[in-house]
Amino acid sequence: MGRSSRIFLVPLVTWLGLFLVGPLLMVAVYSFLERGPYGDVIWQPTLANYTRALDPLYLRIYSKSLVLATSTTAVCAVLGLPLAYTIATAPKRWQPGLLGLLMVPFLTNFVVRVYAIRLILAAEGPINLGLLSLGLITEPIMMTDSTMAVALGMVTNYLPFMVLPIYVVFEKFDFAMIEAAKDLGAKGWPVFSRVILPLAKPGLLSGLSLVFVPVLGEYMIPDLLGGAKTLMLGGLITEQFLRVRDWPFGSALAMILVTAMMFVMWLQHRYRGIEARRGDGGRIGYSRT
Amino acid sequence: MEMEGALATVELKRRPRPHAIAYLISLVCYGLMLLPLVAIIFYSFLAPGDASDASQWSFTWDWYQALSHDESILEALTTSLIVAVVASLGSTSIGLLGALALHRSQFSRSELVSGLATLPLALPELVLGLASVIWFGTIGLSLGINSVIIGHITLTTAYVVTVINARLTDFDSAVIDAASDLGATPWQVARRVTIPLLAPAIGAGAMMAFTLSFDDFMISFFTAGVDHDTLPMRIYSMIRFGINREIYALSTVLILLTITGLGVSSWLRRRSI
Amino acid sequence: MAMLSIRQISKRFGAHNALRDASLDLGSGEFFSILGPSGCGKSTLLRILGGFEAPDSGSICLDGKDITRLLPSERPTNMVFQRYALFPHLSVAENVGFSLSLQKKVTASDRRRRIDEALALVAMDGLGERSVQSLSGGQQQRVALARAIICRPRVLLLDEPLSALDLQLRLRMQVELRALQRRLGMTFVFVTHDQGEALSMSDRMAVINGGHIEQVGTPSALYDRPATDFVASFLGTMNRVPVQFHAPCEHSANHVWVELTGGQRLRARWSEGTTMPPSGALVSMLVRPEKMGIREDCHGSTPRMTEAGDELTLSCRVADMAFHGATTQITGQLHDVDISVTATHLNRDGLPVGLGQGSRVRLVVKTEHILIAPDNARN
Repeated sequence: MGRSSRIFLVPLVTWLGLFLVGPLLMVAVYSFLERGPYGDVIWQPTLANYTRALDPLYLRIYSKSLVLATSTTAVCAVLGLPLAYTIATAPKRWQPGLLGLLMVPFLTNFVVRVYAIRLILAAEGPINLGLLSLGLITEPIMMTDSTMAVALGMVTNYLPFMVLPIYVVFEKFDFAMIEAAKDLGAKGWPVFSRVILPLAKPGLLSGLSLVFVPVLGEYMIPDLLGGAKTLMLGGLITEQFLRVRDWPFGSALAMILVTAMMFVMWLQHRYRGIEARRGDGGRIGYSRT
Repeated sequence: MEMEGALATVELKRRPRPHAIAYLISLVCYGLMLLPLVAIIFYSFLAPGDASDASQWSFTWDWYQALSHDESILEALTTSLIVAVVASLGSTSIGLLGALALHRSQFSRSELVSGLATLPLALPELVLGLASVIWFGTIGLSLGINSVIIGHITLTTAYVVTVINARLTDFDSAVIDAASDLGATPWQVARRVTIPLLAPAIGAGAMMAFTLSFDDFMISFFTAGVDHDTLPMRIYSMIRFGINREIYALSTVLILLTITGLGVSSWLRRRSI
Repeated sequence: MAMLSIRQISKRFGAHNALRDASLDLGSGEFFSILGPSGCGKSTLLRILGGFEAPDSGSICLDGKDITRLLPSERPTNMVFQRYALFPHLSVAENVGFSLSLQKKVTASDRRRRIDEALALVAMDGLGERSVQSLSGGQQQRVALARAIICRPRVLLLDEPLSALDLQLRLRMQVELRALQRRLGMTFVFVTHDQGEALSMSDRMAVINGGHIEQVGTPSALYDRPATDFVASFLGTMNRVPVQFHAPCEHSANHVWVELTGGQRLRARWSEGTTMPPSGALVSMLVRPEKMGIREDCHGSTPRMTEAGDELTLSCRVADMAFHGATTQITGQLHDVDISVTATHLNRDGLPVGLGQGSRVRLVVKTEHILIAPDNARN
């Protein structure tokens, strides 16, 4: 192989250089440029975009986005773990169906999915209709255009990203281990916290970053479900590009987002490294006996 | 009879029963994810009128009829299909060749290349979208269907490389050695052995690329410019213009397409085993 | 002149020295085995011969032509892979005919004829249309063999081809493989970690350890006169008796003098490639169980050497006897060292009358069957 097959790499490397590395470097360059009067850029190096990004007004938006991303991730973990476990312990012939039910919303067009959530929360939506017909309320509750609606949208959309990696871990898992734990006298919470949770950890970890990173940069869900009041980081950046046409400032914000994202992935990587080293040490000690 | 009883116990023993709370949470999750889709389907057949009074509900095909006459939707659908077909063909070829070259390569930069190729998996789509639009401006590429296709290829290549690479690490790489040992040139190895063996992964990768491209909103939103709405962009702007029952009908069509696609792919998978 | 000549091949993988200065000469039509424990570098050597790895230094000449830098596809060698590496998407016949199908000048009818021939050679006639996934392990093995020999390579490389088969089948394939090699008159390079396989099949063999070729020779030469402690212990079992090192032998290289308890001196071969310890240090005397004769005990001090210095007599107590059918395993106690002796059914009649646990016996061994090795060596 080797020598001659390297030619196969040419299209990929060219493409990545031209349409991934180039664009990303350009974002970094733009973030240090000045904005021109007509939405163009002036090739004049400046740090102004970054100092502006530290304005309390924007800091509030970042913290709101961070809180939302963190809580969405946490809720997804709390819901996703039992769901993955339930699917993995279901009879083998049911599992494709149960996964399929999960995949239908996952693969349905993203805009449609978000819009569907807007529908069920709407004044004429099923929740309000249900409550009205039960006589619990007399006027429809306004549930859209709120942070709660955004959070609900985030959770329902990103839940599969949490469930699937955990399910993959559980699927390979010898459930006799749980029997063994019970046999050794553990039940209830200890079985969960000392057996199930540690074993699910690799899947849980991938799930955490698979949810956290895109939620932090999400544009559509806050835009369609949050209304004008709930501006998140994704919305703020998009606005700079498509409405305000302040590309240098938008680029600086994007750089901040990418940095935050890389920090999360680095944390995860480091944590995995520590775990792996600890695990390996134990295993080597064991195999030598 | 006794045998069956014994087998049943074994089955029960092997799989522990989750706690009632786990069942409850699962039920809530399925509800949360499926209820919106069910609601959309239901509303798409509901005639105009006061939805809050169940006695006034009546069935209608009107929204579907309106949909079939909506030129702008058909136009957006055409754009989306063209983009998805071209992007999935492009990313499958680039990704296939790349994955083949990266597999078992002693090329010192191969880790960097594969890391870069899969970077779009981790990057928020928003960032890829805005980076592309800045870059196209810099290199003087005018926005339109071409720029959307380029953005989609960059995104979907990451998935194709991942899927094909997973399959490559899965299969016994000695068959590649065997083929070259028997006199096959690298090109013959690829054509006669590697590609036929990778066919399922190539198919899966291409299908994934098509779905992702067809679904994508964010990259198209940034790179399409004016006059080249893809279907998701068209839906989005219809939503922005106020609730439109046509969207329910369109959404229902898309949901049913997803279900059909899932069914077909799982049928194909079962047949290939 | 050697047909295949391997000159000072070295290969490193990172910090791991897979092969160090490996040199071998193979004759035409030879069944040559490369034997060693897993990770010793034997498969690396085979992969270098096949062209799948490039050596860091050294050269390979086939029929006087340097092939070191040729691609696998350009070499007149073919390989039978460890887990066969059959093409799962092709039928048996398509697998066997793969290399012919790459050559445009071979006509379809010619190809069919040669595939049938190759399948007949491995007793797989008539199974050409089957899918390879429907075959048993032994059948897959045969297909891999047919695929590799159909173009009559100058050298056939076999990478532990029998290791995935069960014992019964493995023994049968050993015989068939040997017969096939004789019929084709082809040079086989056979890599294995199974010493029984190597001993029974090879014309000549090399034992390799830690990337280093320890000894090359016929199976009987290696078994009877192992050059190193490693070869001795890897090819069958060895008794180890501690003795005192005295001095190197001044008359013949590779021989040393050791001192037995009681002050008698014994001259025997020294394990090659190891440094000799100072006089008085403890070393091991290595003897194969079946090289020792058992005699009735008689009086006289032991250990004792014959006048000519060619036979050593030891005295010990029988600690255990185990009957194995064709052989009997006798474990003796010599001071505090366990020593095992094998008596085959041929000489069982010659065993002392009334031999049993606790009997005292004499053990007799020829000094040419003794190897002296450093004491710190592996067990």
